[in-house]
Amino acid sequence: MINQYAASVKSKRLWGRLKESFFRCFFQLNGVFAVLILIGIFSLLFIEGFPALSKLGVSRFFFSDVWNPSSFEKEAYGLLAMLVSTLMVTLGALVIAVPVGIAAAAYIADVASPRMREMVKPVIEILAGIPSVVVGFLGIIVVGPALARLFGASNGLNAVNGSLLLAVMALPTIISISEDAIMAVPQEFKSASLALGANRWQTLVRVTLPSALSGIVASVMLGMGRAIGETMTVLMATGCAPAMPGSFLDSVRTMTSTIAIELGETVQGGIHYRSLFVIAFVLFLMTFAVNLISDVILQKYQKVKR
Amino acid sequence: MKKCMLIALSVLLAGSALAQDFIQIKGSDTLINLVQRLSEVYMEQNPNTAIAVTGGGSGVGIAALIADRVQIANASRPMKAKEKTAARGNGVMPYEIVIGIDGLSVVVSADNGIESLSMAQVGQIFRGEVSNWKAVGGPDRSISLYGRQANSGTFVFFQEHVLGKKDYSPQMKRMNGNAQIVEGVIADRSGIGYVGIGYVYDDKGNVRDGLKVVPVSMAGGDAVSPLNAENVKSGKYPIARALYQYVNGKPKGAVKAFIQFELSPAGQKVVEGMSFYPVSGDYVEQNQKAGF
Repeated sequence: MINQYAASVKSKRLWGRLKESFFRCFFQLNGVFAVLILIGIFSLLFIEGFPALSKLGVSRFFFSDVWNPSSFEKEAYGLLAMLVSTLMVTLGALVIAVPVGIAAAAYIADVASPRMREMVKPVIEILAGIPSVVVGFLGIIVVGPALARLFGASNGLNAVNGSLLLAVMALPTIISISEDAIMAVPQEFKSASLALGANRWQTLVRVTLPSALSGIVASVMLGMGRAIGETMTVLMATGCAPAMPGSFLDSVRTMTSTIAIELGETVQGGIHYRSLFVIAFVLFLMTFAVNLISDVILQKYQKVKR
Repeated sequence: MKKCMLIALSVLLAGSALAQDFIQIKGSDTLINLVQRLSEVYMEQNPNTAIAVTGGGSGVGIAALIADRVQIANASRPMKAKEKTAARGNGVMPYEIVIGIDGLSVVVSADNGIESLSMAQVGQIFRGEVSNWKAVGGPDRSISLYGRQANSGTFVFFQEHVLGKKDYSPQMKRMNGNAQIVEGVIADRSGIGYVGIGYVYDDKGNVRDGLKVVPVSMAGGDAVSPLNAENVKSGKYPIARALYQYVNGKPKGAVKAFIQFELSPAGQKVVEGMSFYPVSGDYVEQNQKAGF
């Protein structure tokens, strides 16, 4: 009888180990799957876009600011104007969103009463959920005319409009992650600072925020990644003029807008189609680099905390 | 929950059993409201046909026809030779029908003092050669250009017939559709744009508040307005154009019935109701030769 009992325990243990290794394998596969998707996207963009690069030459893409693939006169594939436009609206968005975002995060994490915190946090989550078409629509109807009146320009479809809207879209990201970083600063730091005679403002600006700096920088980079990749909002509100912008009050066309506008009408496999993949590849590299840097900074921040 | 699913499934199946013919139409933004209205009227009279109309621009519609992914492509410009070749290479035989006429309108803001423009001046303005309104008899302001994107038939038509196949000014704002150009020009004192005539009117049949349609003159002639049906019908208005639909091969079955409705007096009345003009002149014979 004891042998029978021992045998059943042994088989249960074996079955248990099998289940465990099955589930481990399952989760591993899912994790690997995510990496495979990323590699897949990278290779698709590269494979589809490379023939255009080799046929037309890198200089035609990167040293020309005229993009006109369907011209009757002279076909041009320069993406400099688009690149500058993307960088302009992204930079403009960060100039607005970073001070406002960090200040709001500091308010929520440090200054606000618990009741205020409970009211403001959900509102910011809602802001994150507004569809980009709605934001673009507001840009045309509300922000555009207001900017035209403010700057005395004839219309408000320009880079300032795009920057404002992208700031609204990047803000929730920056606020949430910065707020997490500020909350994670150990209470001992704040107590020590207050005990040494600093007031709350000095503690916040000279102790808390510097300690949370890597988390804040990571949040800014993620917000920047969001702004670079935004398509619908800038398509609707920036006017989409392909010329190299001279100032922030000029109409601009970002890389994302160009792809969105032109992909539908190209013939699959043609040179225009492949050139759009070159733009997509550059965009992918930019967002990849931004995300990688923010990951490295966040990891460094976690190591320091430990 | 299971009962709910069963009911939903049976309703779906019953619904799809009723709609036996399905027509997918894609393409021109100029034509989209017109063809949607035509298909609504047609579906009221023929409940067993379902028609879906989407936009994207003439270029998108034609590309979809070449890839044999739609039954009808709306286009506000004729298919180019290389598009026809690409289609035939894919086993698609494009069949051309004209369903209406458009008086392509040059629009400015109502408080722009301009009375009329010549074709040459319009070309200079949109090519970027003239950049201030005072050069064409208007106030001393920088011209603000509104146009369509490269996937638009209107963009290509305007480029061929008004710009002499040269490039648009790189400062021209590329808007998403006719409606956006109208809204942009109304809000912009120095704005000028080009739209299909159906978009110039509001729901009550009057020209939109804040918008002015500029009469255009050919070399040396009088300025002619597209708002007058006679000007467009007689060919006096220099930038009138046909509105096309392309089908793969000679239309049959539900597609043929729908096109016959579009070209019937009832259908052409809908075209007029949407502020475009009915098929007239040589295009009538062209349709007759095509079997309509």
